Amino acid sequence: MKDTELLAVEGITKAYPGVVANSDVSFRIREGEVHSLLGENGAGKSTLVKMIYGLVKPDSGRMRLRGAAYEPKEPREARSSGVAMVFQHFSLFEALNVAENVALGMENPPAQRALAERIRTVSEDYGLPLDPNRLVGDLSAGERQRVEIIRCLLQDPKLLIMDEPTSVLTPQEVEILFKTLRQLSSEGTAILYISHKLEEIRDLCDGATILRRGKVVATCTPREKTARELAELMVGETLTPPARGEKVPGDVALDVVGLSVASPNPFGTSLQNVHMRVRKGEILGIAGVAGNGQDELLLALSGEIPTDRDAVKIAGRGVGDQGPNARRLAGLVAAPEERLGHAAAPDMSLTENALLSGAVRKGLVRHGMIDWASARSFAEGVVKDFDVRTPGVGTAARALSGGNLQKFVIGRELSQDPTVIVVNQPTWGVDAAAAASIRQALIDRAAAGAAVVVISQDLDELLEIADNFCALNGGRLSAPRPVQGLTVDEIGLMMGGAHGMEVAHAHA
Amino acid sequence: MLTLEKRPNPSRAWAIVTPILAVILTMIAGGLMFAVLGKDPVEAIRTIFWDPLFNAQFASYSRPQLLVKAGPLVLIAVGLSFGFRASIWNIGAEGQYIMGAIAAMGVALAFYPTNYWFVFPLMVLAGAFGGWAWAMIPAFLKNRYGTNEILVSLMLVYVAENIESWMAFGPMRNPQGMGFPGSRNLQQYPAAHNSELIAGTGLHWGVVTAGLAVIIGYVLLKRHIFGFNIQVAGQAPRAARFAGVDPKRLFSLCMGLSGACAGLAGMFEVAGPAGQITDSFNVGYGFTAIIVAYLGRLHPIGILLAGLLMALTYIGGEIAQLSLNLPAAAIQAFQGMLLFFLLGVDVLSNYRIRIKRRAQA
Repeated sequence: MKDTELLAVEGITKAYPGVVANSDVSFRIREGEVHSLLGENGAGKSTLVKMIYGLVKPDSGRMRLRGAAYEPKEPREARSSGVAMVFQHFSLFEALNVAENVALGMENPPAQRALAERIRTVSEDYGLPLDPNRLVGDLSAGERQRVEIIRCLLQDPKLLIMDEPTSVLTPQEVEILFKTLRQLSSEGTAILYISHKLEEIRDLCDGATILRRGKVVATCTPREKTARELAELMVGETLTPPARGEKVPGDVALDVVGLSVASPNPFGTSLQNVHMRVRKGEILGIAGVAGNGQDELLLALSGEIPTDRDAVKIAGRGVGDQGPNARRLAGLVAAPEERLGHAAAPDMSLTENALLSGAVRKGLVRHGMIDWASARSFAEGVVKDFDVRTPGVGTAARALSGGNLQKFVIGRELSQDPTVIVVNQPTWGVDAAAAASIRQALIDRAAAGAAVVVISQDLDELLEIADNFCALNGGRLSAPRPVQGLTVDEIGLMMGGAHGMEVAHAHA
Repeated sequence: MLTLEKRPNPSRAWAIVTPILAVILTMIAGGLMFAVLGKDPVEAIRTIFWDPLFNAQFASYSRPQLLVKAGPLVLIAVGLSFGFRASIWNIGAEGQYIMGAIAAMGVALAFYPTNYWFVFPLMVLAGAFGGWAWAMIPAFLKNRYGTNEILVSLMLVYVAENIESWMAFGPMRNPQGMGFPGSRNLQQYPAAHNSELIAGTGLHWGVVTAGLAVIIGYVLLKRHIFGFNIQVAGQAPRAARFAGVDPKRLFSLCMGLSGACAGLAGMFEVAGPAGQITDSFNVGYGFTAIIVAYLGRLHPIGILLAGLLMALTYIGGEIAQLSLNLPAAAIQAFQGMLLFFLLGVDVLSNYRIRIKRRAQA
């Protein structure tokens, strides 16, 4: 069974105005194979799987599914041919329950009760515990992913495409997922697995196709390569891990005492009695699965949600009841996760966006009047220092690629000579080279005496740059631990383990 | 097949061309309508756009009217444009205009018949305060209880209209008015009269204030952090919070600013061209100013031009009614067309039209 070809992609090319997303891409997947598509952001992985799933039409090239020509015009056609996909961003309705959400994705949904029964059966068969009657809004990210997976499994697929499935999971949840995927594979379902997390690909996948700038640069068996070799194939250059010097922690720069904040969103997570203390020169890494209070923590620290005066102290002075600009004056800068719409106004130029958060500390406004010349030179300085690729500072923020805009946003905050830096997901959706430079910049600012709080869902990132480590779970922050000597198991438990779900493998 | 494709950046050229195109299209469609009504379309269009300024018979009367009518429109529209940019919808400028006029009239009547120099300046302050206070009602209710400012500000117009009638028939009725409703006429009270500054031009202090509002509005919008915050709040509310903008405070500021401008417009009107508070004092400037604000693309200079154009069609429409016997409804339809075409061709500045052949399946 294992040697029968399931899907063959031959010479696929897809160009968008100004960019070739895929150029002459070919690869094969055997039945039951777990095959990885590996590449940086923007390497063309997403476009490729969208073509396989019928969302995008290739310009040229052919696909074969079980020997027959395969040209899906829409996802429905792909699904009826046995191809299913779990997207990175879930398409679920929070106000509906699990079974209702699954029914919405089906062509002829059975009655709710019968469907709930099938969901229960499939979830037990594949070790994905899930209650069909629970409201999706109350589920963790990992559980929401199970909804999507079960939605796919109900179609009995021959090929399951998974786009960055582990980015929202704790290590324990990753283990559960991998068991399920291995079980599927042993039953003959092929899995096309997209990721840039190298260790898990070496752990899980039988074969890998590595993409760089839209082209296939290598095909290999991941187990036979080291993670470093894979990374260098992916990036096409030798990677240097960030350099960090020895340092002595200084005085307490940021002190958070008993911070409790109600979430502004109905399905958000409220913070409960959060304590943290960050010293000058220290980087505190805060891990956690998405939706466990990260956004709320950033808003409470940046000043967008006011709290009690003494819940947040900068250099010993209570600022909890003050807004963002007063906190900036006190030395705290922040970079929210969402670049477009929160950290930056999409339709405004980079100069205007530089003014957005730089007005106070850079003295860009005097007596209410904007000094546009200074704002422009501040923006130009950020563009230059942080290697932001843009035609000019007059360009609208939305015209920049995600990585470039992130470099601009981080650069804008770090260029304000802050004493406390709070960032949420600093390298989310950023290519490896840009991510490395952002991490290095954070380390450099810490070395220069700033207290840095990095909230991230990327554990590798936190372990690489943080001195101390804690995790957000359900709006509570665990006690900090030094990064050195931490095991992945301990980290997973800090993040809430498998969120109270037992590994309910019936067959495992 | 025609398809609309969103432009990556709004086209600057089209943003300037579309208002002109809209006026031309209005002339064509309006001309057709006039022709169907049995009037000579060219003559009708000329009567509306040309005669108010250059007709030997009417122009000496109608030319000053241009500024008299454009003044309050521009002043109110500039005030509204700030809120509109931040998605704050003050629809009740008409009511704020009335309350500004009543507050100013109250000051004038309190000092009648003294001739102190400060009566007029005090009336200006009272007018601004009256409009501001009326606008703060929806602002307070929104910030405190989350009510919808569109509904509250609009309904307060009708409350203000009733207060206006009550004043005209009751407390403010002219004791020497032979029992007719309506207050004293400030045109006969020199200390309070907003008279023409240059005879025969229609230029009064309200027009000067409108001009100042355009200049101050331009500076606020382009150079001041307030204008910047407003634009961020309108485009990306979360980014505005991140930038330190307090949404409630911004809401009160914008409502108050637009209310004060409307109140000022009412004050200059009651002290000048209207002269008195009657139960038909308000003629819809507050509502028309909303159209003017959008016609001018919420930009102070654009609003100035749009206000003049709007005033022109009003005066020209009146002349056309008199001299050509055109029904009032036809004139209103004509003015409606202007807005319709402007919004219609507006699509072109944000989208481009592509002609595509239907893809062969």
